[in-house]
Amino acid sequence: MSTLTSPAFPANVTHALADVGLQAVLREGLGFVDRRRIAAEALPEFDALRDIARDIKNHTLAHLDLYMEAYEARILAQGGHVHYALDAAQARDLVLSICRTANARTVTKGKSMVSEEIGLNDFLEANGIVPVETDLGEYIIQIRGEAPSHIIAPAIHVSKAQVEADFRRVHTHLPIDRNLDEPTTLLAEARGVLRERFLAADVGITGANFLVAETGTSIIVTNEGNGDLTQTLPRVHIVLATIEKLVPTLEDVSQLLRVLARSATGQDMSVYTTFSTGPRRPDDLDGPSEYHVVILDNGRANMLGNEFREMLRCIRCGACMNHCPVYNSVGGHAYGWTYPGPMGSVLTPAIVGIENAKHLPNASTLCGRCEEVCPVRIPLPKLLRHWREREFERHLSPATVRTGLSFWAFFARRPKLYGWATSVAARVLSMFGGRGRFAWLPLAGGWTKHRDFPAPQGSTFQAQWKKRGGA
Amino acid sequence: MSTRDTMFASIRRSLGVNGREPERQQAVTARIAQHPVGLIPARGQLPPKQRLELFRKMVAAAAGTSTQVTNAADVPREVAALLRQHNLPMKIRRGDDPRLVACGFEDERTLEVATGPSDGSDLVAVSHAFGAAAESGTLMLLSGPGNPTTLNFLPDTHVVVLDANDVAGDYETLWQRLRGIYGNGVMPRTVNLITGPSRSADIEQTLILGAHGPRRLHVIVVGTLA
Repeated sequence: MSTLTSPAFPANVTHALADVGLQAVLREGLGFVDRRRIAAEALPEFDALRDIARDIKNHTLAHLDLYMEAYEARILAQGGHVHYALDAAQARDLVLSICRTANARTVTKGKSMVSEEIGLNDFLEANGIVPVETDLGEYIIQIRGEAPSHIIAPAIHVSKAQVEADFRRVHTHLPIDRNLDEPTTLLAEARGVLRERFLAADVGITGANFLVAETGTSIIVTNEGNGDLTQTLPRVHIVLATIEKLVPTLEDVSQLLRVLARSATGQDMSVYTTFSTGPRRPDDLDGPSEYHVVILDNGRANMLGNEFREMLRCIRCGACMNHCPVYNSVGGHAYGWTYPGPMGSVLTPAIVGIENAKHLPNASTLCGRCEEVCPVRIPLPKLLRHWREREFERHLSPATVRTGLSFWAFFARRPKLYGWATSVAARVLSMFGGRGRFAWLPLAGGWTKHRDFPAPQGSTFQAQWKKRGGA
Repeated sequence: MSTRDTMFASIRRSLGVNGREPERQQAVTARIAQHPVGLIPARGQLPPKQRLELFRKMVAAAAGTSTQVTNAADVPREVAALLRQHNLPMKIRRGDDPRLVACGFEDERTLEVATGPSDGSDLVAVSHAFGAAAESGTLMLLSGPGNPTTLNFLPDTHVVVLDANDVAGDYETLWQRLRGIYGNGVMPRTVNLITGPSRSADIEQTLILGAHGPRRLHVIVVGTLA
């Protein structure tokens, strides 16, 4: 499993807020937000398609066992192989054994979040196989030894100058005095370096955006074309996918594609949407001779049976994090595992356990922007609240929080006492708060350390409401 | 119990099912057999001529280029003109698609033509599309001896020949057409939906064309519509 620092979320946040480079990148803002809005507005049916996308996913999840059987039968009928892995370790072992059977020395990789989730690169490397990430963003973070900070733009936290420095450090076979001032020259260099890797690789590993039960097909959606070179050139193609990628038919996929790219990058369609079905056919002149699909559970089957099932609708567009005020303040690494932002704060605890990720569901103001933009209408704030409830039930929240909550609950259950206590508090505070704000308050140091606390002006809301004849 | 059976058992336990419920099985079989069409955006639902116009407009919006010729025999000249325009060597590689063979590339004597898959050394490839969806300017290409998949990704410039009559409004029409040829549930090894040339915005969100795939995508539409 990739390194988990979610338990240190508060420290990660402090670090992220103090990271000048990261803050400069975040201040630039994510261009995705405007682009998504423009693309959505240009398609009058966009919101209706989101409803349909939600329904397709719900239907598939409710019949997942049967669609997986149908999918498996189609793959086998077309000469492909299906492997099942219950957890990350089994998935890694399966991939390694396929690579070993193929006598693989290097493997190229298309962008795959599942590969990040199971920590595949470190594992392959430890076993003598060289993994080469080929998506430009993934390549950049691989040579930096980092995890992705965004699910569709993994290197969004890295500046151009840092990329240049990394390329100079790693591409030592190229002239030292070459000019790398422009993003275009950096891209051209990566293209040249990776082109050789594509042609030399023994195995290509990709993820899957969707698996189609009707045809036994895996689908990847990319803009660069790296995923296609990864799965077309080597002799063996391995697809890594989790169970919730299943979709019934080609028509269903078409509905989902109409909301995916628009929600992600604001394109009507990504440049390359590729449907792969089995190995090359007898009269094909190119394409892999072997086609393997590794289907991973890693906690998802369990989610089907609890209040987090709706999270399995996620199609990984990244819109929730693009629109999240918390993500936009701290970036993706602070979340401490593979999946950042709102979707990560729901998914991560389900995979690594709430005891290891209890801060994540709390890293939200529940403002609801994520749910507003989700293409499959996942009620992310509701799911975050479910995790908070579980955290409380399992006594994972700190004693001060629990004491504070029971203190508040004592008053909240006694409306009259609550009204009296708050009006006294308001009067006392306004008496002492001559300047209209407090720079320091007892028991509120966590707040006043960073900002003033406003002094109450007049009576409480409830008192004013009553006075105006409210119910 | 095998890993597979364990996984299916835990999915069924979570769903509270055993997998043998007739109504569930029927729902799945029917959906796959009938593959109901969902919501088709109105954008692409146009008469043929306007549909083709929309397609070309959307190709341009995705940073691709296109031209239209009357006959297949005009294609080689059009390809040669494109290469000259961009100062490219007069060399192409194409698949053995009968519709490309019928273009008569050998008549365009300035062009050096190779066939078969690419090994990465070709600058320009010519493929024939199976069809296209106007709503997003998307081409559909099928793998096979006629159009090797490597031609779609390795060369710097990808020229795609498309019959004007094969431009549909939407993807769903193309899937139905594909089933008519390959049969239900059957696909060629690779189906490529291509919308514009390769690009990346992974360095400081700056969009640059030509990441790993072609830097240039040019569509030649063959035929005229009433």
